[in-house]
Amino acid sequence: MVDALQGLLQGLFGSVFPLVWALLKIILIIAPLLLAVAYLTFWERKVIGWMQVRIGPNRVGPWGLIQPIADGLKLFLKEVVVPTGADKSVFLIAPMFAFAPALAAWAVVPFNDTLVLANVNASLLYIMSIGSIGVYGIILAGWASNSKYALLGGMRSAAQMISYEISMGLALVVVLMVSNSLNLGDIVGGQGRGFFADKGLGFLSWNWLPLLPMFVVYLVSIVAETNRAPFDMAEGESEIVGFHCEYSGMAFAVFFLAEYANMILVSTLTALLFLGGWLSPVGFLPDGLLWLFMKIAAVLFFFLWIRATFPRYRYDQIMRLGWKVFIPLCLIWLVVVGCWMMSPLSIWK
Amino acid sequence: MPELRNFTLNFGPQHPAAHGVLRMVLELDGEVVMRADPHIGLLHRATEKLAESKTWIQSVPYMDRLDYMSMMCNEHAYCMAIERLLQIEVPIRAQYIRVMFDEITRILNHLLWIGCHGLDVGAMTMVLYAFREREDLVDAYEAVSGARMHAAYYRPGGVYRDLPDRMSQYKESKWKSAAQIKPFNDARSGSLLDFLDDFSSRFPKLLDEYETLLTDNRIWKQRLVDVGIVSPERALQRGFTGPMLRGSGIAWDLRKKQPYEVYDRVDFDIPIGKTGDSYDRYLVRMEEMRQANRILKQCIDWLRLNPGPVMSDNHKVAPPNREAMKSNMEELIHHFKLCTEGMHVPEGEVYAGVEHPKGEFGIYVISDGANKPYRLKIRAPGYVHLSAMDEMARGHMLADVVTIIGSQDVVFGEIDR
Repeated sequence: MVDALQGLLQGLFGSVFPLVWALLKIILIIAPLLLAVAYLTFWERKVIGWMQVRIGPNRVGPWGLIQPIADGLKLFLKEVVVPTGADKSVFLIAPMFAFAPALAAWAVVPFNDTLVLANVNASLLYIMSIGSIGVYGIILAGWASNSKYALLGGMRSAAQMISYEISMGLALVVVLMVSNSLNLGDIVGGQGRGFFADKGLGFLSWNWLPLLPMFVVYLVSIVAETNRAPFDMAEGESEIVGFHCEYSGMAFAVFFLAEYANMILVSTLTALLFLGGWLSPVGFLPDGLLWLFMKIAAVLFFFLWIRATFPRYRYDQIMRLGWKVFIPLCLIWLVVVGCWMMSPLSIWK
Repeated sequence: MPELRNFTLNFGPQHPAAHGVLRMVLELDGEVVMRADPHIGLLHRATEKLAESKTWIQSVPYMDRLDYMSMMCNEHAYCMAIERLLQIEVPIRAQYIRVMFDEITRILNHLLWIGCHGLDVGAMTMVLYAFREREDLVDAYEAVSGARMHAAYYRPGGVYRDLPDRMSQYKESKWKSAAQIKPFNDARSGSLLDFLDDFSSRFPKLLDEYETLLTDNRIWKQRLVDVGIVSPERALQRGFTGPMLRGSGIAWDLRKKQPYEVYDRVDFDIPIGKTGDSYDRYLVRMEEMRQANRILKQCIDWLRLNPGPVMSDNHKVAPPNREAMKSNMEELIHHFKLCTEGMHVPEGEVYAGVEHPKGEFGIYVISDGANKPYRLKIRAPGYVHLSAMDEMARGHMLADVVTIIGSQDVVFGEIDR
C-alpha cells in the first residue's frame, strides 16, 4: 500500500516528489505529537486532580475529553496583547523559538528499528544541539516583554537551562561511551544485548541499571531542563509569575505547547537511552512500538507525580544542585565507567 | 557609564503571593532583596470609624470581616470587651462553646495558612488537602450560625444559640447518587458534637499526612530553614505575638498567661520554636493545630455532659425568650428597647485581648454610656508582623520574600481594617 501511494505521488509531483514525501512523513509525526501534547495537558490535570483529592476536568464532552480542544479554541480566539514598550517582532518570534526546536528534534527520533524520519549517525548530537536552542525562546520572551517579572523569569531560566544542560550532556556522554554510537537506533539496539538479555530478562540489561547514577541525574536534569516543578522557577507562578507573564492568547499557548512537547521529547529520549526504547522487558514478549509508548507514558507520569508532591526550589539552590552535585557526580562517574569499560569486568564488549 | 542602580520591583497588589492586597516595593540587587517596603491601606474599610455610628451589637458582624480567616476569634475579643464594661457573667456553657469555636477557628486559620504557605512555596497539593478539612469545620460554623464564614455567632453575654442537635445532610441529586453521598452523611447523622467528635478523632491522622508531605521534605526544609530569622529579643521589641513570637522561642500565650473564658480548665501545651526561622514557625503552627484539636475534644466532652443556658439572663443586654415576649410586658419592652436603640454600655474604657490564631487580637473601647462606642481601636497582630517585613526579608532572595509573607500569615482584612 505504501508502495502504491509512493508510485501515485511520484507520478503526480515528478521531480519535487522527495520533498512531498518528506513533508508527508513530517506531518505523520507532528500531527499525532500535537494531539499527544493536547492530551498530555488533559492527563496532567486529571492525574494531579486525583492526587489532590479532586476530580479534574469532567464537564466538556464525555469524561471531559473535549477539554483540551476547548481550551485550545479559547486561546486561539483570544487577542494577543503586545505590551507597550515591548519589542514587537522579538516578542512574537520568541514563542516560535521555543516551540520549533521541540518539534525539529523529532526528525531523528526512531520509533523502532526502521521507523525513523532521518536515520543520521549523530542523532544524539543533533538532539542536544537543537534542544539547546529552546532556551533562546524563553530568554527572548523575558527580554522582549519589557516587564521586570518576565525579565527575572528569563534570567532564571537562562542560568538554569545552561547549568542543567551540562549535567544532562555529561550523563549522555556516558551513555554514548557504553553504546559506542551516537545513533539513537544503535543505542537502543545495544541495550538488547547482555548477560540478562540472554536470560530473557531484557529490562535488567537496559542502561538504567548499570548506569543508575547517570539515570537519576538525567531524570532530574530533564525536569530542570523542561522548567517543570520543582524546578519551575522560570515560571515560579507564586513568585514572579514567569517569563510568559505578558503573553496572552495563542502566543501564550505556544509556550505551553513547547513545554509539553519538550516533556514528551525528553521522556522519549529517556525511554530510548536508558529504558531500552521499543525493546520488550522480558524475552517471551515481542518488541514493539507499544513498549516505547508505555515507557514514555511512565516517564511523563513521573513528571506529573513530582509536580503534585514537591515544593519549588529556590534559584540559588537549583544552581547549587546543578553545579556542586550533579556535574561533579557526572565527571566522577564518567571516569568510573571509562575504567570499567577498559577493565576485564566490562559488560559492554 | 551610567551609575549602577538597584532594581525596584513592585510586588503586588495583583500578585499571586500577595495574600490579598499587599503591595510591596522591593529593591533588588539581582535577586537579593536590599529593602522591602510594604504598603498598606488598599483594603481599608474604616471599621473603627464605622463602629462609632453603629449600635454595639451591629458591629459584631464587622468583626468577622477583619481577619476573615479567623472570624469567631475577632468577635470574641469584641464581645469580651463589651462584657468587661458591662461587668456581666457569661454562662459557663457559653464559655465552653466559645473556647470550642475559638479552637475550631484556630484550626481553620492554620489550615488555610498551611495551604497558602504550601502553595507559595510551590507545594500545590497542600491547599487542596487543607480545604478538604476546612470544609467540615465551616460546616460546623454553618450549623451554629447559618453562615460558613462570617458567623456573627458570639454576642455580648454569650452566644447566639445553643449547639444544634442535628447536622444538615447532603441530599441526593442528579450528580450524586444515594450511595455516593452516604459516606458524607455518616458523620452527620448525629448532633453537631458527634460531628465534631468524629472530626477531632480523624484530624491527628490528617495532620500526620500533611507532615509526611512537608516536614521532612528536603526541598521544603531548604526553602524554610533559616529564612526570615527573628531573634527572641527582636521579636519582643517589635511587639510580635502568637506563633510569630512563639516561633522565636518565647512561651507567651494569652490562653495560659492571662486565661480568659475556660482556658484555665482545659489541658493543652504551647509549642515554641528554637531559632525563630520560618521552619520553626511552621512547626509551631502545626503543633498548635494538634493542641487545638486536644482542646476541642475536651470541650466536646464537657458540653455533652453539661446542658444549660448559653446566653446571659440580663435582658438589658441579651434578648429575652421569644415565647415569654408574647405574653409578658417586661420582656416585650426589653425586646423593643434592644431592637430599636440597642444596649447601653456604662461609661468607661477597657481593653480585651484574645489569643487569636495569628497573635494577640485586642479591642480597646471607650464608651460614653451611649448605645454605641465612643471610640473603638483594634489591635491587629498581622499589622505588627508585617511591619517587620523589611528586617526579615533583607538579604534574602526574592523567592524567600514569598516564604516570609507565608510564614507571617498576614491577612489584609485586619491589617487595613
